Amino acid sequence: MTPTGMDRFALTAITFLPAVAALLLMLFPRGHKQEDEHGHLLYGNDQAFKYAALFASLIAFIISLHLPAHFDYHTAGFQPRFSTDLLWIKFPEIHYHLGVDGISMWLVILTTFLVPLSILIQWNSIHGRVKEFMVLILLLETAMIGVFLALDLFLFYVFWEATLIPMALLIGMYGHERRVYAAVKFFLYTMVASVFMLGSIIWLYLHVGSFDYIEIQAALLSGKIPGIDHAALWLFLGFFAAFAVKVPLFPFHTWLPDAHVEAPTAGSVLLAGVLLKMGTYGLMRFNVALFPEEARKHAPWIITLAIIGIIYGALVALVQPNLKKLVAYSSVSHLGFVVLGIFSFTTAGADGAVYQMLNHGVSTGALFMLCGMIYDRRHTFEIKQFGGLATPMPVYAIIFLIITLSSIGLPLTNGFVGEFLVLSGAFQAKSLYGALAATGVIWSAGYMLWLYQRTFYGELTLDVNRRLPDATMREKVSLFPLVAMAIIMGLFSPYWMQAIDPSSRAVNNARVSTMGIQGTTSETMTRNSAPPIVRSQITNHQSPITR
Amino acid sequence: MEHNLHLWFIPLLPLTGALINGALGRRFSKPLVTAIALLSTAAAFGMALNVVMQFSGLQLPYVENHGAWIQLPGTFNVDFAFMLDQLSLIMLLVVTGVGFLIHIYSAGYMADDDGYYRFFSYLNLFMFFMLMLVLANNYLLMFVGWEGVGLASYLLIGFYFHKHSAAQAGKKAFIVNRVGDFGFLLGMFLLVKHFGSLDYSVIFNQILQHPAQFPIESGAGLLTLVSFCLMVGATGKSAQIPLYVWLPDAMEGPTPVSALIHAATMVTAGIYMVARSNVIFNHAPMALNVVAIIGALTAFFAASIGIVQTDIKRVLAYSTISQLGYMFMACGVAAYSAGIFHLMTHAFFKALLFLSAGSVIHALGGEQDMRYMGGLRKHIPVTFWVMTIATIAIAGIPPFAGFFSKDEILWKAFSSSDHGWIFWAIGLVTALMTSFYMFRLLFMTFFGERREGSSLEPGHGHGGHGAHEDHGHGREPHESPWIMLGPLVVLAVLSVVGGWVGIPHSMGKLIGVQQNHFEEFLAPVFEHGNSEQVAASESKEPPTKYAKGEAASDTHPSDATEIELTGVSILAGLIGLFAAWYLYLSRPELPARIVARIGGLYSLVVHKYYVDEIYQDGIVEPIVDGSRSVLWKGVDVEVIDGAVNGAGSTAKGGWSIMREMQSGNIRSYAGWVALGAACLVAYMIWMGAQ
Repeated sequence: MTPTGMDRFALTAITFLPAVAALLLMLFPRGHKQEDEHGHLLYGNDQAFKYAALFASLIAFIISLHLPAHFDYHTAGFQPRFSTDLLWIKFPEIHYHLGVDGISMWLVILTTFLVPLSILIQWNSIHGRVKEFMVLILLLETAMIGVFLALDLFLFYVFWEATLIPMALLIGMYGHERRVYAAVKFFLYTMVASVFMLGSIIWLYLHVGSFDYIEIQAALLSGKIPGIDHAALWLFLGFFAAFAVKVPLFPFHTWLPDAHVEAPTAGSVLLAGVLLKMGTYGLMRFNVALFPEEARKHAPWIITLAIIGIIYGALVALVQPNLKKLVAYSSVSHLGFVVLGIFSFTTAGADGAVYQMLNHGVSTGALFMLCGMIYDRRHTFEIKQFGGLATPMPVYAIIFLIITLSSIGLPLTNGFVGEFLVLSGAFQAKSLYGALAATGVIWSAGYMLWLYQRTFYGELTLDVNRRLPDATMREKVSLFPLVAMAIIMGLFSPYWMQAIDPSSRAVNNARVSTMGIQGTTSETMTRNSAPPIVRSQITNHQSPITR
Repeated sequence: MEHNLHLWFIPLLPLTGALINGALGRRFSKPLVTAIALLSTAAAFGMALNVVMQFSGLQLPYVENHGAWIQLPGTFNVDFAFMLDQLSLIMLLVVTGVGFLIHIYSAGYMADDDGYYRFFSYLNLFMFFMLMLVLANNYLLMFVGWEGVGLASYLLIGFYFHKHSAAQAGKKAFIVNRVGDFGFLLGMFLLVKHFGSLDYSVIFNQILQHPAQFPIESGAGLLTLVSFCLMVGATGKSAQIPLYVWLPDAMEGPTPVSALIHAATMVTAGIYMVARSNVIFNHAPMALNVVAIIGALTAFFAASIGIVQTDIKRVLAYSTISQLGYMFMACGVAAYSAGIFHLMTHAFFKALLFLSAGSVIHALGGEQDMRYMGGLRKHIPVTFWVMTIATIAIAGIPPFAGFFSKDEILWKAFSSSDHGWIFWAIGLVTALMTSFYMFRLLFMTFFGERREGSSLEPGHGHGGHGAHEDHGHGREPHESPWIMLGPLVVLAVLSVVGGWVGIPHSMGKLIGVQQNHFEEFLAPVFEHGNSEQVAASESKEPPTKYAKGEAASDTHPSDATEIELTGVSILAGLIGLFAAWYLYLSRPELPARIVARIGGLYSLVVHKYYVDEIYQDGIVEPIVDGSRSVLWKGVDVEVIDGAVNGAGSTAKGGWSIMREMQSGNIRSYAGWVALGAACLVAYMIWMGAQ
């Protein structure tokens, strides 16, 4: 199949449709001003803004489905048919270069999938300034998609920093009591870390003469850049700093609980669902694929941090009195799995890591929606304030349970597939890694089920909780797709894997060579395929017995 | 072979029932809910019977593959694949058969409960996962069932979720099981690492076909490690030391749940898993020995606790742990078929015991404390008779079912090795205690005079039996309806005749039955060229000795010994019966005096050796407190975040900017951000202009 015009245009359309919609919304009048009883500013056209933003984000989602529909599953790297490469600035030579592979495709779709749902869940709980809210969400969407698709490092950096502004504003303007503190902390912390990445990018530009990802990768893997021997470590660390903070990897995580607790629901959903994945995506795309030797050399301590994060995040989550903080710390734990998988340098680990990025988006996204729903009703996240909620809110309780099970990785939910692959990959790399990280299955059951018990079981102790309304139709509509995906992705993982697997192998197989660029040498193949004893059996094990 | 059994349909049927009732049951009438739940289970049972009909024509193991579940081409594949062999057939029949009976019983028992639809939805969900577990063709799919039954168990233990203790027990069960699952996971990782697959046949064939690479390990080799990991999983699910603590608390669930999940089926999953992995365990004598030791200790230990319990369900719970210990011990001496045999007979009589106990509780409006029972024989005669049958069966008195299976285990343990007599002796003492506490239960419940009083708070039904409150205490205890008694009678018949399929060799000779049919039937699963394997290896480790003896059983010299030992074990059962009669019927004042005499020991046992307390104070509390005060408030807030905020505020000029920004004025804050954005844009333009 030759690429059609639609193919060439698809990435640009997905990326910029939300931004264009945001611009149009900005031009649209607010309508007449009024104040509600709490002094929030409301305008006549608020509803129209909501519908417009929802509509635009849905269109972006539909267009993004063009990618898997026309994806070439036999191509491991970036899909030639979708790539767009135009000169943007002549000097320094910056290209508008967008491209997609099996990893970024699903992250893009995760983004376009979560945005309409997060708009819908926030529908009635934006208190004033609805227009700005919608504009910010849509701008954020463009920036996030751009991060995943940009193949020019300068462009990447622009998108990367561009996500900060709308997110910080969403937290600062629409958050809860300590919103400004949280917004500033989020902004400064991640901004400072990104500066190191900018340093690395500029060094690369000065020595390679290009911002183009493909060219830089080729140059780095050829090992012929002057001075790279001394610089590699610092370049690696520069990228690592930006990504480790974004993930967040222990001990760079303390901005996260604050940001989450203060953020409005939609902000939390996108922060956990997408923004954190930018960090793990960056680790794969830049740290591993550009600096394979450094990445392998430094894997032991990175994995150590990841495992500490898994256990530490879970234990701290266990004792949180605040529902949303608990979920935030659980993210630290879950993202630890992703980092572990990436730096295990095994096929199972990398595939599992990518799958786990998607899973975390689905399940933690849903958890934050559920947190938001209870906040809308009770205006608190204190777990003590709940208890026995299964009685007044049975549907809410069931949805919460399914998502809980997905979050703790029960088999037949999405979480299990990802966790199992990551852990099994880590175990292949070094048994101790897998064994330590696998204790995560115990901790996660501990904090989630204890949370569930305290929130939903037992007697209804507080009268205010007695008549809480159950999930409304709008809330069900926002949650149902996530619940469905949690189960569908648990049952039919090969559908996603067919795109993820070749691409994550390509990332793992990138190795520096003195002989020129290498994708798949026999050596790297050995490292990434099954252990030697049984390699002969793998191909024929589906003999008469299983087929 | 052109048979297509559509095995996948068997678990799918109850799943469908669970989904329909779960989603719509709230709006359905009770009869409709009942019909959906019972028909889906009955259909699964029907399909299992269909499998039996076609079984002789099958080429075993029969495998059905329904596509990939996890697929990393060239690295690792797991399929939705189901397998049927002799072992899974027996499990299939036990699960669907007993499961169906308990579904019928539940329709009566739960009739007045508000959560009726919810109950059946969960119960069907359990059937789905349990059937996945026994029909899976690989470890990962088994793990689906494995964790899934844990989920169903969690939901059903916490069925009366408004009750704190029930919610607590459900959570405890799940988390303790997860500790076991952690072991199971590690076992699977090892298998993936070294075999590149989790398919039973791939792994087992590899081991059997490469004796040089996979010898019978005298020390701690790979297969020993795998076995230990799997064993940890099994101790969780099958409630063995040290992970048995969840099972007694699981009695918070409705009684039919205790019967189905916490006695007859789910808890036997660990036994099934070890038996299924017999090829691996046979190569790991050290692990097998540990399995046998754990089993023997658990059997004894739990029985000792069972003696002093006064809650009728808790007696049965500890009895279950103890009987699972027998099965574990059987697996540990490589007598897998004996273990599975006991699993089957135990499913009959223990389900019967629990359901009868449920009938007693039902009759008394929720009373579970045996100290407030007595003399019920006249009031609920059918329950009395079926429970008597079950008690005789578990006490190991011939010719009831439990006798044959228990005796088989004791004999295999005895003849397994030079030290086998130790296992035999522990098993024998346990048998005596079993007989004692079971007859104690029977006598305290049904004989003597009705004792007044109640353990129930006035105006508060016990647990979920609030629904039965109206039956009250002032009223006469009443027999349960036939929808409950019917399944009891069927199980009673099975508890009598169920053991006849596996009459041990030596006894069989006396009555003219030449073979132990049960063992012979399972032989293809448990022997598969094992004897050659054993002969080929130099190892002379104990457990393999049994396999040798097996091959040469026709010329076994010790038939006479076996008969003698059988006599001893019957005697043990009778002594237990007599002791219970003496203490609880003949001299009912004696137990109190004995208790007073041995105070300290009694207190230790009645507090279940303080194991729960030790776990709580030694593990749970330190983790929670440490996480709170050290990790969270110390490391996270003080150290890490303190450093971050400190760095932020001491950075040059940072403090004033921070203060400016934190003024709370959104507008000024937005201004800062806009300024940042403007700088960025300016920078881009500047770069572009160059």
